[in-house]
Amino acid sequence: MSGSKLVDMRTAIAEHVHDGDTVAIEGFTHCISFAAGHEIIRQRRRNLTLARMTPDLVYDQMVAAGCAKKLIFSWLGNPGVGSLHAIRRRTEPAALAAGESLLEIEEYSHHGMVGRYVAGAHRLPFYPLRSYSESDLPNVNPLIRTVQSPFGAEEVYAVPPLNPDVTIIHAQRADTDGNVQMWGLLGCQKEAAFAAKRVIAVVEEIVPTSVIRADPNRTIVPGLIVHAVVREPLGAHPSYVQGSYDRDNAFYREWDTISRDAAATEAWLQEWVYGVPDRAAYVAKFGADYFTRLTPTSAPSGSVDYGDYR
Amino acid sequence: MSDQRPASKSELMVVASAHALAGRRVCFVGVGLPNIAVNLAKRTVAPEMELVYEAGVFGANPARLPLSIGDPTIVTGSTATVSMHDLFGLYLQGGRIDVGFLGGAQIDRFGNLNTTVIGDYAAPKTRLPGSGGACEIAINAKEILVIMRQSTRSFVKELDFRTSPGNLGGAAAAAKTRAAQGWGGSGPSGVITDLGVYGFDHDGEMALRSLHPCATLDEVRASIGWEIRVPQNVPLTPTPTAEELRLIREELDPTGAYVS
Repeated sequence: MSGSKLVDMRTAIAEHVHDGDTVAIEGFTHCISFAAGHEIIRQRRRNLTLARMTPDLVYDQMVAAGCAKKLIFSWLGNPGVGSLHAIRRRTEPAALAAGESLLEIEEYSHHGMVGRYVAGAHRLPFYPLRSYSESDLPNVNPLIRTVQSPFGAEEVYAVPPLNPDVTIIHAQRADTDGNVQMWGLLGCQKEAAFAAKRVIAVVEEIVPTSVIRADPNRTIVPGLIVHAVVREPLGAHPSYVQGSYDRDNAFYREWDTISRDAAATEAWLQEWVYGVPDRAAYVAKFGADYFTRLTPTSAPSGSVDYGDYR
Repeated sequence: MSDQRPASKSELMVVASAHALAGRRVCFVGVGLPNIAVNLAKRTVAPEMELVYEAGVFGANPARLPLSIGDPTIVTGSTATVSMHDLFGLYLQGGRIDVGFLGGAQIDRFGNLNTTVIGDYAAPKTRLPGSGGACEIAINAKEILVIMRQSTRSFVKELDFRTSPGNLGGAAAAAKTRAAQGWGGSGPSGVITDLGVYGFDHDGEMALRSLHPCATLDEVRASIGWEIRVPQNVPLTPTPTAEELRLIREELDPTGAYVS
C-alpha cells in the first residue's frame, strides 16, 4: 500500500489543475463535483479546455468566471430547466459582451463523447460507432470522420481519443489510497478517469480499506490511477449523491434566473464562490436545515455474500 | 369528486403518445411530456414496457415524476443501472430499444430534427442544447416517435441544422441509406403535437392522421411551414378516457408541471 493521498481541495486543485489544461469534471446529473469547480474558480485558473458530456451549471459558472477558452461536450443545457445562459452569452455573437470572445466549441453526441473517453482510456487511435450518419455534426466537427471496416466494405464513423490532463470525479466513498466506490448513475466516471493523466477523486466519506474490500464489485476506480483524494461532504450540491442527498432542483431553477443576467451571475459568484474559503463554509452558509429537506429516506440494498475462500 | 375539466392540448398530446406505445416492450424515455406519456402507457396500454433512460437505467420504476434525465428516482427500484458506455453501446446501438422519443426545436416534412442551433452554426442566433443522445437514438432505435408543439418556427420547410436524421429527403433514399449504413431503426413512425397526430406516407413525407378534438384544420395549416398533407375525411383523435385523465392529473403530474 502506498501512503495516504488524502488532501484538502485547495491542495488538490493547486497541484493538479494548471492554466491551459484540459479538465473533465464528469458525472451525468449525478455526483458532479461543484466543490472542485468552485475551487478552480477561486484559484483563477485560465484558458482551460472544459470537457464534459453535459456541461451543466458547474461549467456555466466556470465559463462565467472566465476559466474557460473551449468547451468539448455533447449536450449543453440546464437539465430539466432550460439553457445555460452564461455559456450562451459566449456562443451567440449577438449576446457577446464588449471585450469578450466566443468560446471555442467542439461537440459530439453522447455516444461519441463516451467513445472519446473509452478510446483515450484504452490507448486506441479512435472509437467506431454508427452515430452521425446523415447528421450535420460531422460537417461542423472535422474530428468526426469515417473509417472503413478492415473486414468488409462497411463504413462507420469514428471519434478520436480524449485524454484529459485531469479528470475530477465525485463519489460516495473511497479509502485514503483512492479506491473509489460508487452506486447510482455511473455516467462515464470510470472511462473519463482511466483516460486522464491525473485523477482527483472527491468523496462524501473516507472509509477503511476493509470496507472497500468487503464489496469489490462496487469499486469503479482503483487507487492505482488516483493522484489525490478529497473528502468533501455535500461537495456535489446542487447536484446529488445517490442515497445521501437529492438534487436541489429549486437551485437549478434559480440559476436559470440568476444566469440570464451577467451582473447577477457575477454577484452570485462573489457571494457563493469567491466569498467563501471552501466547501465547508459554503455548506455552513446555507445552514444545516437547508440540507435536511434534500435528504432521502433510506432504501438499503440487500447485501451479497462473496464467500470466504482460504 | 374527480376533476371534470375537458382534456387540455397537453393532455391530448400525452394520451395520444401513450396510445402510440401500445404493445411496445422497450422504450427509451426523455423527460417532460414523453416521460408522462410512457408512464401513462405503462399503466394502461403497455403494462410490460421497460423504461430506459439515457442516464444509464434499464427497467426504471420511478416513484415520482423525474425532474431531470438523471433524477435519482429512476435508479431506486430499477432492474439495472449501467454505465453510459453500456447504455449507448449494448442497449441502444446493440438494437435492444423498440421505440425512442425525440423532440426538437425544428422538424421538417421528412421527420428530420434540429436540436443544435437556430441560424448559422458558427454564429448562431440561438444556441440550442445539441444532440445529447438524439442523433444515435434516431439511428438505432427500431422506431421513433416525435412529440413537439406546432408552430411555423418549429415545423419548417428547411432545417437550420440536421442533428438527427429522419426520412432524409424521402423514404426511398432513406431506406437505401439505412440498409447501406447498417442503421438499426426504420426512422420516425409518428409525430404527436398539440393539434393532431401525424404519420409518414410511403414516400416518407409527414401527413395528418387525426385532428385533436380541440383543434381546427386551419390552425394545423397555419402552424406548419409547408403544405401539410391532410386526408379527405380527417378522423378525430380519440378523446382521453376519464381514467386516463385521472392518472395524469392525480398520479403522474399532480402539480401540473408539464401537463396543464
